[in-house]
Amino acid sequence: MEQAPRDPERQLQPAPLEPLGHPDAGLQAAMTENNFWLKKIEINVSEAEKRTGRNAMNMQETYTAYLIETRSVEHTDGQSVLTDSLWRRYSEFELLRNYLLVYYPHIVVPPLPEKRAEFVWHKLSADNMDPDFVERRRIGLENFLLRVASHPILCRDKIFYLFLTQEGNWKETVNETGFQLKADSRLKALNATFRVKNPDKRFTELKHYSDELQSVISHLLRVRARVADRLYGVYKVHGNYGRVFSEWSAIEKEMGDGLQSAGHHMDVYASSIDDILEDEEHYADQLKEYLFYAEALRAVCRKHELMQYDLEMAAQDLASKKQQCEELATGTVRTFSLKGMTTKLFGQETPEQREARIKVLEEQISEGEQQLKSKNLEGREFVKNAWADIERFKEQKNRDLKEALISYAVMQISMCKKGIQVWTNAKECFSKM
Amino acid sequence: MDMNSFSPMMPTSPLSMINQVKFEDEPDLKDLFITVDEPESHVTTIETFITYRIITKTSRGEFDSSEFEVRRRYQDFLWLKGKLEEAHPTLIIPPLPEKFIVKGMVERFNDDFIETRRKALQKFLNRIADHPTLTFNEDFKVFLTAQAWELSSHKKQGPGLLSRMGQTVRAVALSMRGVKSRPEEFMEMNNFIEIFSQKINLIDKISQRIYKEEREYSDEMKEYGPIHVLWSASEEDLVDSLRGVARCLDQCCKATEKRMSGLSEALLPAVHEYVLYSEMVMGVMKRRDQIQAELDSKVEALTYKKADTDLLIEEIGKLEDKVECANNALKADWERWKHNMQNDIKSAFTDMAEENIHYYEQCLATWESFLASQTDLHMEETSEDKPESH
Repeated sequence: MEQAPRDPERQLQPAPLEPLGHPDAGLQAAMTENNFWLKKIEINVSEAEKRTGRNAMNMQETYTAYLIETRSVEHTDGQSVLTDSLWRRYSEFELLRNYLLVYYPHIVVPPLPEKRAEFVWHKLSADNMDPDFVERRRIGLENFLLRVASHPILCRDKIFYLFLTQEGNWKETVNETGFQLKADSRLKALNATFRVKNPDKRFTELKHYSDELQSVISHLLRVRARVADRLYGVYKVHGNYGRVFSEWSAIEKEMGDGLQSAGHHMDVYASSIDDILEDEEHYADQLKEYLFYAEALRAVCRKHELMQYDLEMAAQDLASKKQQCEELATGTVRTFSLKGMTTKLFGQETPEQREARIKVLEEQISEGEQQLKSKNLEGREFVKNAWADIERFKEQKNRDLKEALISYAVMQISMCKKGIQVWTNAKECFSKM
Repeated sequence: MDMNSFSPMMPTSPLSMINQVKFEDEPDLKDLFITVDEPESHVTTIETFITYRIITKTSRGEFDSSEFEVRRRYQDFLWLKGKLEEAHPTLIIPPLPEKFIVKGMVERFNDDFIETRRKALQKFLNRIADHPTLTFNEDFKVFLTAQAWELSSHKKQGPGLLSRMGQTVRAVALSMRGVKSRPEEFMEMNNFIEIFSQKINLIDKISQRIYKEEREYSDEMKEYGPIHVLWSASEEDLVDSLRGVARCLDQCCKATEKRMSGLSEALLPAVHEYVLYSEMVMGVMKRRDQIQAELDSKVEALTYKKADTDLLIEEIGKLEDKVECANNALKADWERWKHNMQNDIKSAFTDMAEENIHYYEQCLATWESFLASQTDLHMEETSEDKPESH
């Protein structure tokens, strides 16, 4: 079992959690409140609503709010009771996620659906207010909550619990945790990435993997969007036949009926592409989730590099202090030091001064050794816990992607069957002309 | 003409052979088979041009031999068409492919253009061969059988350039007067062909557009499969699934290519031929109107006693015969043409529907076999795992 981070106030009291498999749409996460019975929780992001309000700069803005409904399900009879219902907007989801990133750096935190529509193909608008985009985002947000709720560690977080249950004041509560201050600065992290000498090889490999994953999924999504565009074109042009056939049938006696009804089938064919491509968007969203997961993986790697670098620096610092101490004690100067320089310039220091300095150094060394020990322990704990979550993530990813590919095949099969039907009907009409 | 001793195996594509046979009025009595192939480029100091090899196989008595091979260029085809129009002004002569390509291409003679033209020229000659009247035209026979120098000297006979120009001027003058008394049936014909021409032009454009969209779709699909293979390189556990999807996408891409080539073999040339045909028919209607206009103007002259009445009455008599002949010829040919048009259009679109059905069937098969392979593995792997959730 992964260890929870040390701050008990952020964790809900309940007992250890049973991890569930991956979340399916609208299904449950398990949260045992006591060991007598399992209370399951259902989470739905059931509605999206356009709202206007005033933003931080007191300017009017339009945004979309999402209704989150939480139900507890009695295990025995499956009946669900609505326990909580509140509205949240996208920025609040972002706040929640940023908080989770800071307090659970060893967890691959589930990503949010995209803020702005990317990889759009021609017909879809890149407008955030577009109802199709809002609908897909609603599903994406629900998916995010289910992922968090079914994660063995994250689901027990108090702030997450409050996100689902406390509408007013939640933002203030999150900010009061002071998580923004605890966050590692980007600059620090970048510095560590470049300078770390001995990161765990597994994390280095994981970083490469996540880069590759991001690159290949981006490429795939781009090509998919272009293919969708072209497919749309093929289908829609056939719709023009419908109109012309209909006009032509007016002057034909024997051919008229055949032309007319064939034209109708061409219209059916042309309009069938809309639903087909809408379904494909959901497939694209599944891939996008893993595109964004790549960044979550990298975040864990960065944290490891940061901790490892910190450890290396502490060890380096300790070693140099030990050396200084040794030099002072034995009187040999091997390393350059300001004290050494000034000593040369202004004369030797007294034995008492030297003793005092050695004492200070010895204290610092002792402290340093303690710190190094605890940093080492922390580092090892981190690696152990992170790697456990990464293994969990890998299995989830393999399952999910495989299912996504299968669902893609199912979509293609459905499209082909529709095509066969329409063209068979059309052929019959043509042969009757 | 003993059909049993005749073997019609010609070096042409099976599809075009079938199409040729369909266009006849009496399939069992086809005794003239023509192919057009082997385009060859000729460069002289003045010009570059292409000749086509024309092979004719026949069992007809009036031909000196049973097989002929000649080389002709586009100009020769134009000459033939002109002679046929002259001899039979109110018969619907088959159309020739266009002289120039409308949308500017850098090279006047690229491979696609030559191939499209070759097919159209073959269709042209076979249409003439299948026509009950035109097939016995003397110029047609000369075209199919004469060697190059023979054809040149034959061309020089007949009405000179000046007289032909004179005819054209008179024709234009007459057509300007309008047709006062076009009979009902020809009014109907005219209305039909005007609307038909509009619609077939639109269908031609739509069909060309579909081809273009399918080409672009196919180009994008070519990239789609390989990305999945690339991905499989970094995913140990998903290699089967990803490669499987890649294979399916590649198969679908191939199927699209096949669909496109089917389109360009059958539907596109058929529809385009009728675009040109509709122009021919409209030309025929004008010529009929002109012949009638000639008669009408003489009749008018008679009522105003503009010239010698006896001469006029004699001329009117001749013209009335001419008009009756022209009208009958056109009526009969019109029925024949409409009948062929229906069959040709029906067959072209039925082909297109079949190509599409075949395309979707192929794609369906490949995806279904992928799905089968995945769900077998899937069930094996997850039997210990989560419960069914679909």
